[in-house]
Amino acid sequence: MKEQLKVPTMAEYMAEGKQPEILFWVGSAGSYDDRAKKITKAFVKLLNNANVDFAVLGAEESNTGDVAKRAGNEFLFQMQAMMNIEVLNAYEIKRIVTCDPHSFNCIKNEYPELGGIYDVIHHTQYIKELIDAGRLSVKGDTYKGKRITFHDPCYLGRANNEFDAPRNVLQNTNATLVEMKKHKRTALCCGAGGAQMFKEPEKGDKDVNVLRTEQALETTPDIIATGCPYCNTMMTDGIKAKEKEDSIIVLDVAELIANDQD
Amino acid sequence: MDYLPNIIFAVILIAGVGYFARNIKKLIRNIKLGHDVHTSDNKGQRWKNMARIALGQSKMVVRPVAGFLHIIVYVGFVIINIEVLEIIIDGLFGTHRIGLKVLPESVYGFLIGSFEILAVLVLVAVIVFWLRRNITNIKRFKSLKGWPKNDGNIILYFEVVLMCLFLVMNATDTSFQSMNAGNVVSQYISPLFGDNPDTLHLIERTAWWLHIIGILIFLNYLYFSKHLHILLAFPNTYYGKLTPKGQFNNLEAVTNEVKLMMDPNADPFAAPAEDDNADEPAKFGASDVMDLNRIQLLNAYTCTECGRCTSECPANQTGKKLSPRKIMMDTRDRLAEVGKNIDANNGEFKDDGKQLLGDYITKEELWACTTCNACVEACPVSIDPLSIIMEMRRYLVMEESAAPMELNNMMTNIENNGAPWPYNQQDRLNWVNE
Repeated sequence: MKEQLKVPTMAEYMAEGKQPEILFWVGSAGSYDDRAKKITKAFVKLLNNANVDFAVLGAEESNTGDVAKRAGNEFLFQMQAMMNIEVLNAYEIKRIVTCDPHSFNCIKNEYPELGGIYDVIHHTQYIKELIDAGRLSVKGDTYKGKRITFHDPCYLGRANNEFDAPRNVLQNTNATLVEMKKHKRTALCCGAGGAQMFKEPEKGDKDVNVLRTEQALETTPDIIATGCPYCNTMMTDGIKAKEKEDSIIVLDVAELIANDQD
Repeated sequence: MDYLPNIIFAVILIAGVGYFARNIKKLIRNIKLGHDVHTSDNKGQRWKNMARIALGQSKMVVRPVAGFLHIIVYVGFVIINIEVLEIIIDGLFGTHRIGLKVLPESVYGFLIGSFEILAVLVLVAVIVFWLRRNITNIKRFKSLKGWPKNDGNIILYFEVVLMCLFLVMNATDTSFQSMNAGNVVSQYISPLFGDNPDTLHLIERTAWWLHIIGILIFLNYLYFSKHLHILLAFPNTYYGKLTPKGQFNNLEAVTNEVKLMMDPNADPFAAPAEDDNADEPAKFGASDVMDLNRIQLLNAYTCTECGRCTSECPANQTGKKLSPRKIMMDTRDRLAEVGKNIDANNGEFKDDGKQLLGDYITKEELWACTTCNACVEACPVSIDPLSIIMEMRRYLVMEESAAPMELNNMMTNIENNGAPWPYNQQDRLNWVNE
């Protein structure tokens, strides 16, 4: 990125005695994974462009525990959850946005019972909100006429019934949105969910991400749009496996919008 | 001796219904082997779900061909069974077509006429179902072998026989045919049976008796087959999950322990509180059917093995061993086995050295799940195979420390540095300046 990103922490806000509009939950992938960091930065660029008063937890953020929970380790999940809730509640956080549908689902649905009650939204929902409020504008010429197919993340779509926000946001690019046969409720998983990201797949005749990539290729897209750092990795790997990396790129919705700014 | 048929009828009816009731009691007892769950919430929403999903078949029509045919059989089944009411009254009181005594001929004719049309439609649908199961190349049916495959076909044969008996019974009923109202289909079959009144009467009586006996046998077959969904779809959709699909339950027993661990004022040597948690599960997660909850066990009895879940499962589609349908069938088979064990041991379960985990469901199946909820979405009757998979993973990880090695590494990283990878937590914000 050319311009320096402004990323204030909650500790800094606290020191000034202020509250941000929203807390940006970066998540483990968004913090450490090289590909996901680009998504994080693209989203921050949008937040900066829209003059959003946001903060991150920085080193005070820890893994949500989501992946431990899906792996069956309820102890580790609840330990992580309660530590995070302690921090979030100490800062009196009300609203949280995240680029990771797994963090989104976990904090939104599984933290409340443990004492963490927040208004949690996915970054595609927040980008839509910013555009609708006139705080963020999209040029609409970078991807004009390109074919984009959106791959629904399981934990945003089926798990939380959000199918429209990412598609609505993408429409601002003036690209042609094409749907895979399996989309929205019947979308196929990228293969990374349920802690699969961190292990080798069981024996089978194909990898899930390759099957999903084949479904995406049926739409002859220029771009596969994702809304999840893990889906992004899986689809990128799928495109490589299909030797299509020269003609098709995999980009997060936030990146597509960030590339389409003045 | 005039009352002999009435008495025989009453005996058959009581035996048929009684045996069914006895088995249903067993089924309820088996379901109650599971943990109690809180389900008294959101009654309005639950009734609505039942009306929409079970009564309204809303999720069946996601696949239009099968959905449409299923609605025909379902509507046919429900409506034609109104006729059974007449048969029972006639049988018990020795009347003939009591409906004609209480209803105007036109109304009665209209009713029976629509039953006859439905019977033909059901026959057509059932034949297509049979072809789909046995001739066409539909993977979810082709992959069924042995009993589950035969079970599916037996049910279809039952339907064919019952529908044919109903039509024959009407076709050979001379007084009904001469009335010429309602015999929209049977009038065309009628000539096949000649015009000897004695023969016709004999055939009519035989068809009538076989029809009601067939229905009673079918009723009792349900308990031993996969076909209980015609009854259990209703409670199952009522008790279906209301929270977002992505929301997994938080184990309360774990919450108590974690709170204790994180409470600086807690006395680590304190004796555990007695009483109220006395029947709290002694283990985390599930290794056998008794560790599951009652809704999960009801799910298992409700499953009719249609396989829509498995056909949507990403793991299954890519050749892995996991099949959500098999998870449900295994749970049911094990539950039936436990039930038989209890019957054989005077109401007490005697350890048989077997359990759901390992003897029925393997680790390889459990670890192939991506928790994507495709199976849950696909189920036309709100079954949640994912929740059973999760409970068994919990058992593997928390009771047996038997996660795959890579997952153990990932979890150790989270414990040590708050991320699934071995990065320093202090470096969480490094991306800003990279």
